[in-house]
Amino acid sequence: MPVNNQQRHSFLEWCRRGEPMIWINAAAVSISAIAVVGLLVLLAVRGFGHFWPADVMQAQYALPGDKPTRLIGESVQTESVPVEQLRSAGFTLDTNETFIDRQLIKQGNRDVNGLDFTWVLSRNLSEVTYPEDLMVVERREWGNFYGYLRSVKEGDLVVADESQSPAELWAAYEQRLERAESLFEQIENIEKKQIGAINYKIEKLRLRERGLALDDSIPADRRAREAAQIAAERAELDREYSAYQSRLTELYTNIHRDSITAEVMSGQIVELRLSKIVHAYKPNAMSLMDKAGFYLFKFAEFLSDEPREANTEGGIFPAIFGTVIMVIIMSIIVTPFGVVAAVYLREYAKQGLMTRIIRIAVNNLAGVPSIVYGVFGLGFFIYFLGSEIDQVFFPEALPAPTFGTPGLLWASLTLALLTLPVVIVATEEGLSRIPKALREGSLALGATKAETLWRVVLPMASPAMMTGLILAVARAAGEVAPLMLVGVVKLAPTLPVNGNFPYFHLDQKFMHLGFHIYDVGFQSPNVEAARPLVYATALLLVVIIALLNLSAVALRNRLREKYKALEL
Amino acid sequence: MSESVFSGSNSGFARWRKFKDKAAAVGITAGGSSVLGAILLIFFYLLYEIMPLFQSAELQQQQQHEQIGSSAATLHLAVEEQAEVGFRLAADGSYVFFRLESGEQLLNGELPLPAGTTISSFSIDSETNRIFTVGLDDGRLLIAKHHYKISYPNDKRLITPVMEYPYGTGPIRLSRHALQRIAVRDTDEALVAVAYTATNKLEGRRWVKEEDFLSEEITLVEEELNLPDLDIKPERLLLGPDQRWLYALAQKGQYRLINVGDEEIVDAGVLFDNASLADARFLLGGVSLLISTSKGVTSQWFNVNTEGVTHLHKIRSFSNDNAAIMTVSPEHRRKGFVTVNQAGQLDLYHSTAQRHLASEELGQVVTRMAISPRANALLMEAEDGKLLVWSVENEHPEISWSVLWEKVWYESYPEPDYTWQSSASNNDFEPKYSFAPLAFGTLKAAFYAMIIAAPLAICGAIYTAYFMAPAMRRKVKPLIELMEALPTVILGFLAGLWLAPFVEKHLPAVFSIFLFLPVSVLAFAWCWNFLPMKWRKHIPDGWHPLLLAPVIVGTVALCVWLSAPVELWLFEGDMRSWLTADLGISFDQRNSLVVGIAMGFAVIPTIFSIAEDAIFSVPKHLSYGSLALGATPWQTLVGVVMPTASPGIFSALMIGMGRAVGETMIVLMATGNTPVMDMNIFEGMRTLAANIAVEIGETEVDSSHYRVLFLAAFVLFLFTFVVNTAAEIIRQRLRNRYGNL
Repeated sequence: MPVNNQQRHSFLEWCRRGEPMIWINAAAVSISAIAVVGLLVLLAVRGFGHFWPADVMQAQYALPGDKPTRLIGESVQTESVPVEQLRSAGFTLDTNETFIDRQLIKQGNRDVNGLDFTWVLSRNLSEVTYPEDLMVVERREWGNFYGYLRSVKEGDLVVADESQSPAELWAAYEQRLERAESLFEQIENIEKKQIGAINYKIEKLRLRERGLALDDSIPADRRAREAAQIAAERAELDREYSAYQSRLTELYTNIHRDSITAEVMSGQIVELRLSKIVHAYKPNAMSLMDKAGFYLFKFAEFLSDEPREANTEGGIFPAIFGTVIMVIIMSIIVTPFGVVAAVYLREYAKQGLMTRIIRIAVNNLAGVPSIVYGVFGLGFFIYFLGSEIDQVFFPEALPAPTFGTPGLLWASLTLALLTLPVVIVATEEGLSRIPKALREGSLALGATKAETLWRVVLPMASPAMMTGLILAVARAAGEVAPLMLVGVVKLAPTLPVNGNFPYFHLDQKFMHLGFHIYDVGFQSPNVEAARPLVYATALLLVVIIALLNLSAVALRNRLREKYKALEL
Repeated sequence: MSESVFSGSNSGFARWRKFKDKAAAVGITAGGSSVLGAILLIFFYLLYEIMPLFQSAELQQQQQHEQIGSSAATLHLAVEEQAEVGFRLAADGSYVFFRLESGEQLLNGELPLPAGTTISSFSIDSETNRIFTVGLDDGRLLIAKHHYKISYPNDKRLITPVMEYPYGTGPIRLSRHALQRIAVRDTDEALVAVAYTATNKLEGRRWVKEEDFLSEEITLVEEELNLPDLDIKPERLLLGPDQRWLYALAQKGQYRLINVGDEEIVDAGVLFDNASLADARFLLGGVSLLISTSKGVTSQWFNVNTEGVTHLHKIRSFSNDNAAIMTVSPEHRRKGFVTVNQAGQLDLYHSTAQRHLASEELGQVVTRMAISPRANALLMEAEDGKLLVWSVENEHPEISWSVLWEKVWYESYPEPDYTWQSSASNNDFEPKYSFAPLAFGTLKAAFYAMIIAAPLAICGAIYTAYFMAPAMRRKVKPLIELMEALPTVILGFLAGLWLAPFVEKHLPAVFSIFLFLPVSVLAFAWCWNFLPMKWRKHIPDGWHPLLLAPVIVGTVALCVWLSAPVELWLFEGDMRSWLTADLGISFDQRNSLVVGIAMGFAVIPTIFSIAEDAIFSVPKHLSYGSLALGATPWQTLVGVVMPTASPGIFSALMIGMGRAVGETMIVLMATGNTPVMDMNIFEGMRTLAANIAVEIGETEVDSSHYRVLFLAAFVLFLFTFVVNTAAEIIRQRLRNRYGNL
């Protein structure tokens, strides 16, 4: 609607024409748009920043009147605070300024210093340098380590120390780390895969034995045969198990052989076992290209690795995997139901009271709070349906529940119910855009209604169904509240799809990106250290959901254009 | 239509096609109706889960036995945990354990009373620890405990009753005179006994338990208590579990409250008029007294501390019939109790819920009663010595309308209050299931969210639908749709970990933004009006938001930048402590303001897209007509477009409200989740939805707490159901109206 403001107006006239209100309305649009963009930018900056290897500084830090001490760490954040506030917090400051800068330093070495992070006043820092030899070690426990590499040891034997050049020392370390890493992989493989599989089989045997005891109809001779077979299999598994155990013991002695010593900021020499090191790098010595390479390496690790240290470090692969599997199962369930309901509303039902009621029901399904779905899923699917299934199909496992406990299937079902209206609404919109002439043409040629639907209407509406499905997937990927009740856990020991027969475990609990954000950001013991990882996870989730939504919108727009052309 | 296609053709193929057509129609109709089925299933399943909360208790007579054990009067009856074994103690010191089902006697015995003494008084410590004391006429007392050992020979449960004497079989001396009334409490620290003796005096002793840290042997150190003289003759003496409060109750209702620690009477008064005391017992936990009268009234009393003075206060009373109460018996694990009266009527109550759960005619007059620990069986003794066994089914007595929505006076509270506190570490805890603070928190969160979201969304929708250039509209709508798709967990995470500390640090900035943003926008607009035409025409009408973006960003940045100096200048550098210290407003970092902003952000797109649709689909000929008659665009909008679209905008607001009410993650992460009732914008809240998310993982399935959480879900469901149905009906009407225009 064009607004005529071609001439200048007096203030009163300007107000009378409603101009201020129009500008205020325009400001509302601006604010909303800026808020969205700002949020995405904030997430992008914080999330992408996480992987960049920041320079590590070394400085002399002295409180007034105290002897200076060495401080090593990454400067995470700088802010200016009123001097007044610091004074009331007990600092003595002789300054006339009203504001003073302070920095948050990540000093790592939690096992040595006790604290990961420390606030320092910038004015108390002097001799800030970035020595090339400073090393950052990512460890499997206790968080990051910062210090200078002093020697590399094989058992008690020092194989390289400061008498060699730093490059040689570093090479000696890297060569031994490679060995430790390969040993670590072998250990992981045995512990997670092989022994995991054996445990799984032993558990299956136990259930078979119990099932045998519960079933009275089995004749005695068969019972004896089966019992013998179970015993034989168990003996075989036990033997395999002890073989792996001895192999593990050997590997553990090997992996614990090497260690390095390093000097921390207090001058203390600390010994680090290579078995506890993920990798180490010298950020100050890296060129921009090195850093970019390292960045990509860290990003890949983030996407493909398992989480470490109560989810606050390492990767988020299980969460991505769990989310994807859950969404796929949900799609398989929700699509047919949603499409059939939409077809009914658009093609079959007489427009009247019934369709109005169903539309109200659809709207209500869309409007019911997601936590109510969670409660319903927990009560109905898990404790009602699940317990029944356990009684009938898995009596040997009782009282431990199989399906009577939160799990992948129930989470998918709950979310399918939750996203049903999304699919219905999108499909219906697509159906309503198909010109009537096409249907009538098909009917006029003698096709039945079902044939018209199957051969003409549905193929044309398939992009609309895709749109609905994509929107449903986007919604499901971001939903957390109901999942907390019906199957998501903070740390799942195994993936829901793995090498153990039947490979696909619908009854297992799984990890989820959205819940990962909630859990790490709010339930973790060391929120400050975990925060960058949460930003990165949030960014990943937003990117996935934004891409899904944009593709749905693009698909919908193409569909509209196509039908516009048909209508002409 | 399809009929005509098949007419005349009877071949198998045609029949097959006809069958397929019919099958598809049936299948699709069934599938379509299943949506309705889904919503009904949710509704009825939730209803099915919460129904048991409101059911009455069921009582059923199981057994009736002739007198078991001695023919002397009964002092005490009890039932063991599994409700298999009963216990009866008679006034002559003999006791008997028997099977409730068959009446078979399992163990007969005699308390080891010294020769020549008789039992002159009796007291039980508490139902739960099964310790009881008999006072003797020579001034000594004997403490005993009926105990049950459970073993599983041949995989079958076997209960073996035994009588134990925790302080030995020899009586302990309390006084030189006959103990007419006694009260005894045993704890890990000390044993305290108080008696009213034949000399009409209160005498008491405390035995402090001292543990030898080497041998871990416990020795008792005796102390004499100098209790004040009583001016009434107590019918009952009751000593609280903290061994501090002693209640002396007289026949005619006079009471004296004695502080045993300070050894003085702190309160005196009358419990009732024109009646006599029928029975008095502690409710579970030993905080509340249940006082029954000959007028058929049972009332609950506990100590209330007002301005440093403790006095016994009547909290609530229960009566069903005027017949005198014979005996009252408290439940072992809940705040419920049972009374029987002279007319042979049994009544089941719950104190906190103020519920009368069941009433049953027994057909005989009962003088003694015991309730089993799991509250599923009752053992009663009739006047003629017959023993009656009744079963009780009373799963959820704690919940009533008044508990959920009205103020309730909880034990140890100074006054009635709305409180949500569903669990605690101790067993005698009184659960507090008031929905009021949760509903209040829900509405508070929704209110602040709507205050932020409604103006932004509706103003934005008006501009986008009516004034915005089409090219820009095509960009803005997907952006807002993207906003709708943002997972709330991310909004909650940013609100809790980024926005909340930011707001706390830049409090002045937040308020100056609210104040200066409109001012700066208007100032810019007015200045724009004076710019030369050749500059202005570069930005055509309908692109205002683009112009305003730098103004808004600039204003916000300026406000944030100036925040710290302003804070220093006006609030001595710390607005937060200024708020708490000077204004007395308490401040939480994760507060309603943060929730309002974050949830407002989540609700904006919902309201925006529905309102925008409603405004945009107002038939164009209406506004053209108005413009043609000389109205300005703004006048057209206010006079023609808005009245037509207003039902749609209203329904947008309602749907937005529904979303804000049910939102879980943002509230869970951006508030402290404390169930307080306070409109203060700087304090948090706990909403119904967040409460479910926090608590349902920790509840036992099918417990009262579990069902109460289902009830909370049901309340949310009903609320959004009403809101959404109303909104949808309004929209359907609106669509018809546009169709007619």
